[in-house]
Amino acid sequence: MWPLELIAAGAMIVSLTFYALLGGADYGGGVWDLFARGPRALKQRALIEEAIGPVWEANHVWLILVVVILFTGFPVAFAAIATALHIPLTLLLIGIVLRGSAFTFRTYDVKRDERERGWGRIFSIASIITPVLLGITLGGIASGSIRFENGIVPNGFVRPWLAPFPLAVGFFALALFAFLAAVYLTLETRDTLLQEDFRRRAIVAGVVVAALALAVFLLSGSGAPKVRAGLSASAWAVPLHLATAISAIAAFAALWKRAYGLARVCAAAQVTLILWGWALAQFPYIVEPDITIQSAAAPPATLRLLLGALALGALLLFPSFYYLFRVFKGGLASLKDEG
Amino acid sequence: MNDLLAARSQMAMSLAFHIVFAAIGIAMPLLMVIAEWLYLRTREDVYLELARRWAKGTAILFAVGAVSGTVLSFELGLLWPQFMGYAGAIIGMPFSLEGFAFFTEAIFLGIYLYGWKRVAPRAHLAAGAIVALSGALSGIFVVIANAWMNSPVGFQILDGKPVNIDPVAAMLNPMALSQTLHMTLAAYAATGFAVAGIHAYQLRRDRSNLFHRRALAIALTVGGAAALFQPLSGDLSARAVARQQPAKLAALEAQFKTEAGAPLRIGGIPDVERAETRYAIEIPRGLSLLAFHDPNAKVTGLDAFPRDEWPHVPIVHAAFQLMVASGTLMMAVALWGAYGFWRRRALPDGKWFLRALVLAAPAGMIAIEAGWTVTEVGRQPWIIYGIMRTAEAVTPMPGLLVPFLTFTVLYLFLSAVVVWLLFRQVAASPRGVPLASGKEAAQEEEEPEHVAA
Repeated sequence: MWPLELIAAGAMIVSLTFYALLGGADYGGGVWDLFARGPRALKQRALIEEAIGPVWEANHVWLILVVVILFTGFPVAFAAIATALHIPLTLLLIGIVLRGSAFTFRTYDVKRDERERGWGRIFSIASIITPVLLGITLGGIASGSIRFENGIVPNGFVRPWLAPFPLAVGFFALALFAFLAAVYLTLETRDTLLQEDFRRRAIVAGVVVAALALAVFLLSGSGAPKVRAGLSASAWAVPLHLATAISAIAAFAALWKRAYGLARVCAAAQVTLILWGWALAQFPYIVEPDITIQSAAAPPATLRLLLGALALGALLLFPSFYYLFRVFKGGLASLKDEG
Repeated sequence: MNDLLAARSQMAMSLAFHIVFAAIGIAMPLLMVIAEWLYLRTREDVYLELARRWAKGTAILFAVGAVSGTVLSFELGLLWPQFMGYAGAIIGMPFSLEGFAFFTEAIFLGIYLYGWKRVAPRAHLAAGAIVALSGALSGIFVVIANAWMNSPVGFQILDGKPVNIDPVAAMLNPMALSQTLHMTLAAYAATGFAVAGIHAYQLRRDRSNLFHRRALAIALTVGGAAALFQPLSGDLSARAVARQQPAKLAALEAQFKTEAGAPLRIGGIPDVERAETRYAIEIPRGLSLLAFHDPNAKVTGLDAFPRDEWPHVPIVHAAFQLMVASGTLMMAVALWGAYGFWRRRALPDGKWFLRALVLAAPAGMIAIEAGWTVTEVGRQPWIIYGIMRTAEAVTPMPGLLVPFLTFTVLYLFLSAVVVWLLFRQVAASPRGVPLASGKEAAQEEEEPEHVAA
C-alpha cells in the first residue's frame, strides 16, 4: 500500500493534468481567437466560442481542485508557494477574472457591435497572459529558489519567478495550450476549410512547442538544477524522453495525415508526459529544497478523509463529465440533425 | 494604510463582492427551475421565456461568481499564509467537498445553459435541479469553514501547533448549523426580493404584463418564505454566538457591562472610550431573553475582555442594526403579500405594494453584507477565535495596498458591467408581441450563435 501523502500528491498532479488538458485548451482557444485571420476569421471565432462555451466553467474547477488538495493535504507547501509567488499568482488571478468575465459578457451582450469586439479582445488577451503566468508559477516552484522560513522569504518576492527559466516555462505553457486547442478544434467542425485552418495552426504551434521545450530544458541547467538532474540522469529519464518524443512526432504525423482523432490522443499524451516528467524530476519535493511531500503532509486523519472524499467525488464527477462531453462533444453525429 | 489593514481590506472587499454572486448563484437556479417546471406543467410560453431569461442572468452571475470565488481560494494563501499553514489540515475538508459541489454545479449549468435543444425536457429540468442543489451545497460547505474560524474545534494544541486533528469534528463545529442555515435562507430571501423588486418596478408602468407578474409571483414566494423563516435561524445564531463568542455578542449589542437581565438595544451610539451606549431605545431584559431564552440570564459584557481583544464596537453594532432592520422590512413585506394572498387568492398588485417591493429589493443584499460584517469584524482581532490573531496570519509581502486597489477597481468595473447587462438582457420586458409569441422570441435570440457556425 502506498503512503497516503503520495496518493494525495498523485491526485494533485492528476488534477493539474486535467486542468492542462481541458482548461488549458480553453485558454488556447482564446489565443486562436486573437489570431483569427483570413476569410474565415469570423467562423473561426464562432467555432471557438461554441467549443468553449458549455465546458469552460467545469474545466476551470480542476484548478480549484489542485489548490484545495494542496492546502488541505500539504498546508505548509501552500503557505510557502502563496507567500513567495504572491505577485505572479495575483496577476494570474486578474487574468482568470478577466478571461472568464469577458467571455461571458461577450456571449450575453448584444451581438455584432463594437462592444462585442471589445469583450473579445479582453477575453483573448487574458487567455494569453494567464497561461504564461501559470507557467511562470510552476517554473518558480520548480526552480528551487523558493525559501520559506518562519514566515519570511529570504529570497524575496521577485527573484524566484522573474528569471529566464520560469519565464521560458511560461511561454512553453502558452504554446502547449495553443497547440492542444488547435488540435482539438479540428474535431469540433465538419467544415473542412476550418479544419485546415486549425490543422495549420496546430502544426505551427507544435513546432513552437518543440523549440520552447528545448529552451526550457537548456535553461533548467542553471534555472532549476534539481529538475534538470532528474530529467537527465534518472533511470526513467530516457524512456520518458523517448515516450514524449514519440507522442510529439506521432501528433505531427497524425496532423499531416489528417487523422485528427489520433492527433488529439497524441497531443494529450505529450502534455501529460511533460507534466508527469516534471513531477517525477522534482520528486520527492513539492517546493525544492525545503519542502517534501512527506514533510508538508497533513496528518493521516486528514489525508484519509481527503482521499475518501476524492474517491467519492470521482465517482460522481467522471460520469457527470462524461455526460457533459457526450452532450456537447459527442462526435459530429449530434451535429447532423442541426446542420 | 499599513499592510495588515490593506490585506484585511482586500479580503473584505473580495468577500463583499463575491458574496452577492454566491448568494444569487444559490437561489437563482431555483427560480429558473421553478419557472421551467411550471412551463412543462402548464405549457404557458411565458414560463419558458422566464426560465430562459433567468438562465441568462444565472449564466452571467455564475461566471463572475466562479472567477471571484477562485480569487478568494487563492487569497486565503496570498494574504493569510500563516493561517492556511496552521488550519489547512483542519478545515481543508469542507473546501474539498465544496470543490466537488462546484464541479457538479458547473457541469450541469453548462448542460442547462447550452442544452435546451440537445437534451430531453425532463433531463434539462433535472440538470437545472442539480445546479440548484449543488449551488446550495457549495455555499453550505464554505460557510462551515467560516463557522470553524468562529468556533474552532477538532484539534488540540501542543507547542503552538495543532495536533490530534479531527476534520469531521471540525466540520461539525458549534457554529456550523446556525451559520449555514442563516446564510442559506439569506441567499433565497435576498435573491427572491431583489428579483421581485426588479419586476415590481417594471409592473408599476405596465400593470398587466404577464411576464413580470409571473416572475414576481415566483420570486416573492421563494424570497418571502425564506424571509419569514429567517428570524428562527437568527434566534439560533444569536444563541450560538452568545455561547461561543461572547465578545462578538457584546459588540453587536454594544453591551459594555456584564449584567444579568441585559436590555436589548435598538439603535444607539456606542462610545468606546466611556464604555457606554447612548441614545439607544432599550427593551428591558430583551437581550437576556433573546440570547439565552431567560430574562434574567447574565450577559457577558466587553468589560470581561482585555481592551485589545475587543472588536470594533461601533461598526459591529451598526452593521447588526442594519441587518435586523433590513430583515424586518423583508418580513413585513412578505407578511403583507401573504395576507393579500390569503384574502383574495392572488398577490396584491396595488401601487403601494409594488412600491414596497421596490423599496425592499436591495434589503436582502444589504442584510447579507451587514451580516457578514458582523460575523467577520465581530471576530476580530482573531482570525481563529481565541487561537490565532489576524495580525499573526498575514503575509510578509510588502505593498499590499497595490493589489487591494487593483482588485477594487477591477471589481467596481465588473459590477457596473453586470448591472448594466442584467437590466438590458434579463429584466427588460420581452420585445415584440409579448407572451403569445414568447417561444419565437426565444428562438430568435438563439439564432445568431448558429448562423455563424
